[in-house]
Amino acid sequence: MANKHHIFRNYRQEQSLTQRRVIFAAVFVLLLSLVLMSRLFFLQVVEHERYVTKADDNRVMLVTEPPPRGLIYDTNGVVLADNRPIHSLTITPERVADFSKLKKELSDILNISEDEWSAYDQRRKEYRRPYQSITLKSQLTDQEWARVSVDLYKLDGVQVEAQLTRFYPYGEAFAHAIGYVGRITQKDLQRVDSQSYQGAQFIGKTGIEGFYESKLFGRPGISKVEVNARGRIMEELERQNPVPGENLHLYLDARLQQYAYDLLGDYKGSVVALDPKNGGILALVSKPGFDPNLFVRGISSKNYAALRDSKRLPLFNRALRGGYPPASTIKPFMALAGLEYGFSSWNERYYAKGYYQINPNGRRYRDWKREGHGWINLERSIIESVDTYYYQLAHKMGITPIHNFLSQFGFGERTVLDLNGAGKGLLPSNEWKKARYKESWYPGDSVNVGIGQGFMVATPIQIATAVTAIANRGDYYSPRMVSTIDKDTPDFGLKGEDHKIKIKDSRNWEHMVKAMRRVVTDSKGTARRLQGASYSIAGKTGTGQVFSLQEDEEYDAKNLEKRLHDHALFIGFAPSEKPEIVVFAIFENGGSSSKPADLTKQLFDAYLKDDYPKKYNYLKGDRS
Amino acid sequence: MNLTWYERLLSFTNARLWRLTHVDVLLAASLVLLMSGGLIVLYSASGQNVDMVERQMVRLALGFATCLVLAQLPPKYMLRASPLLFVGIAGLLIGVLLFGVGAKGAQRWLEIPGGPRFQPSEIMKIVMPMMIAWYFSDRPLPPSFKQIFTVLIIIIVPVLMIAKQPDLGTSLLVAVSGLFVLFLAGLPWMYILSAGALAPVAGYLLWHVMHDYQRQRVLTFLNPESDPLGSGWNIIQSKTAIGSGGIYGKGWLEGTQAQLNFLPESHTDFIIAVLGEEFGMLGCGVLILAYLLVIARGLYISATAEDNYARLLAGSLTLTFFVYMFVNIGMVSGILPVVGVPLPLVSYGGTSIITIMATFGILMSIQTHKRAR
Repeated sequence: MANKHHIFRNYRQEQSLTQRRVIFAAVFVLLLSLVLMSRLFFLQVVEHERYVTKADDNRVMLVTEPPPRGLIYDTNGVVLADNRPIHSLTITPERVADFSKLKKELSDILNISEDEWSAYDQRRKEYRRPYQSITLKSQLTDQEWARVSVDLYKLDGVQVEAQLTRFYPYGEAFAHAIGYVGRITQKDLQRVDSQSYQGAQFIGKTGIEGFYESKLFGRPGISKVEVNARGRIMEELERQNPVPGENLHLYLDARLQQYAYDLLGDYKGSVVALDPKNGGILALVSKPGFDPNLFVRGISSKNYAALRDSKRLPLFNRALRGGYPPASTIKPFMALAGLEYGFSSWNERYYAKGYYQINPNGRRYRDWKREGHGWINLERSIIESVDTYYYQLAHKMGITPIHNFLSQFGFGERTVLDLNGAGKGLLPSNEWKKARYKESWYPGDSVNVGIGQGFMVATPIQIATAVTAIANRGDYYSPRMVSTIDKDTPDFGLKGEDHKIKIKDSRNWEHMVKAMRRVVTDSKGTARRLQGASYSIAGKTGTGQVFSLQEDEEYDAKNLEKRLHDHALFIGFAPSEKPEIVVFAIFENGGSSSKPADLTKQLFDAYLKDDYPKKYNYLKGDRS
Repeated sequence: MNLTWYERLLSFTNARLWRLTHVDVLLAASLVLLMSGGLIVLYSASGQNVDMVERQMVRLALGFATCLVLAQLPPKYMLRASPLLFVGIAGLLIGVLLFGVGAKGAQRWLEIPGGPRFQPSEIMKIVMPMMIAWYFSDRPLPPSFKQIFTVLIIIIVPVLMIAKQPDLGTSLLVAVSGLFVLFLAGLPWMYILSAGALAPVAGYLLWHVMHDYQRQRVLTFLNPESDPLGSGWNIIQSKTAIGSGGIYGKGWLEGTQAQLNFLPESHTDFIIAVLGEEFGMLGCGVLILAYLLVIARGLYISATAEDNYARLLAGSLTLTFFVYMFVNIGMVSGILPVVGVPLPLVSYGGTSIITIMATFGILMSIQTHKRAR
């Protein structure tokens, strides 16, 4: 291409063409600069007097006032996140003559920690409006307030200011569901309109507080104030009142949440309760929790280190992020998958030995019942939780049908609509294993997945969501926290993946519910201890292995460290004919599934029969 | 040796050291002059915040480092890399639209896992003129109708992508940087004049198809003083600051408008108002002169460059730099509508310092890689 033109091109001429254009541009640049200079001449010489007067008269300044944050209510009107007035000691640096002297004087009156002084120094360096005060010590006690007030007249530049602060009245049981607000960092300011946050004390960080920040924050007020020549505010001339943030109403039931948290006892674990009619989250428990109030005004590094380094991982949201093997709670889903693709039927009989082998001389995959279950069918495999049945079923199916069927229930996906930071769990597939381990999928991998072990990992919220779809006979709802927002219509833009899961024979739903019902009612059912309720419970137990047993090795709880004990799981819903509540519970290292099963029944009694211990009356609210 | 001062200066600028390090002394000196002035103003505008001045110095130093690195790269490599870079950055722009990280309601950033985040649209300001200059590098000038059409397509696609982020300011600057190449390549005057004549007609037609609320938005955009507590506040205060400064100014750190915080954004987009108040028309004149020094050197480099690619690229980059400065000063002094364009190399913060210094690295490379005559 280039060579073709080469002969005809006059490079000299092309060069002078561009050079002429450059010269023309230079003239244009000069002309436009002259325009700027004459504009400056007009402002600074011709109109100078006018603007000098204007600047001298300029005693009017705009000050932003942060709006009160929206409140968060539970379903019965209990306030879970409140605004509380506090008194804080603040300093206006411009009015302090001798800072080291002031520091000494203040230290004589109040106990101010090194952390507080260094936090003050830090904020002193950040950009702020002149004469804007900086908080030194927040939440003064009444005694401290009294002591400072006496000496306030001789402490120039020091004042006590009334502020609103965020307060979480019910503390740690709610920390992982509600989240918390914290001090605004530079990073936070990048994702919001920093002008609006001028003067704001905190911003939503996690949970509901983080996700709904834009709704909860409101609109700051602007006031026109008159200042003196040194910039101090003398008088307020005009104001636009702040518009308070919007209040959120959750599906969460505070009593149920606190009760579930307490029922976990000293165990680590998680409980998720859902309303199957709409996917509303009734309880979202992760234990241990922490006191969210610690974070509101900036957590001290000592407190933070203690939380971060605790072996019990209180900051870890198990309900949303905890990756657990679903263990035998996966069996109803496996059974439905087998039915869907014609690998199993309700009538076919199967002889369950104490183990399963892929090859006659291969590894023995053991059943939890050493002597085996004898002749059984699909329904009995759910009732008695027969491992070998699911070993052979998963082996016959292979991973691809399992993956395709289970993904309709939300496994492997972030299911929760309005909370950030949920985990995806892991619904393994052939492609996944190739990408992750550069190995193909082995039949043995399927066998393990058949009983919800091996590569399969799910979070509590995922398992609860999936169970909801069975309880609803196929209606899937994405779980959600907020039911309504003030001023907004009930549908405020949350778009879920709500859908009807389609299966070939819809009678399988009812049949599966019946099988899970018999897990409780049958004399050999693994949850027969829950018999005797006045309503019908359907459920499924599970025990998740924390460490792998060698072939033929037996699980011996007595001689095992507690942290290696099996995780105990239970899924349940009630009443089974027309479910009103779905519960998933896991006790980490809980040993047997009797603990989560009992907990689930107690929650059902509470929720359906209003049978709470008396001590929870304070969380009853006015609408229950 | 009897040398005049001018000959001395010339021999200094041709010194071996500078040739070796590929630094163009005149350009570097003008830039240092501009930046030093900027730092002095920033100290006052930030409320005498040493921390902020230090952070700005670090950014400027990083900018100079970027400039030096690029100056080592001979223009022929830039020529070869141009189309690849263009396609790559355009791909990243698509990435931003798909997986961009939001800030203040707009998606501009791309996050490198484990690394910093960056704005592909910012880099496009350099890559766009590189691409167009590359396109003309092996074609005879002035361009034919077909070539002009092709170039307009190359310009419009990334511009629309950036406008969709949405980032109107940057998309216009990217468009301008490409159009400058077209102009320097010898776009016939006929086209320029008819485009100028058609613009009001197009605007008139557009006005009639617009919805009422859109018209209202345009009106507030053109006349911010109709919204005195909102965007109009800034412009009223900045005009008062500049006007009250007079010829000599109120003195450093003495400006009441700036120091009492009547001026919002005084350390970023509106920093020239602080200069105008405290150093008067004299100070502003010196600043504009410093800019003109930089621009004059850039245009000289363009005019004396060795081939079409270098000439077109150097000229366009220099003129885009001028547009920055003109738009910023124009908006702060109230003759242009308020668009968020910082004063280049003087306003606090922003990734723009790095990209602007990168353009000067390219200019230095073009100047210092000429074959010795």
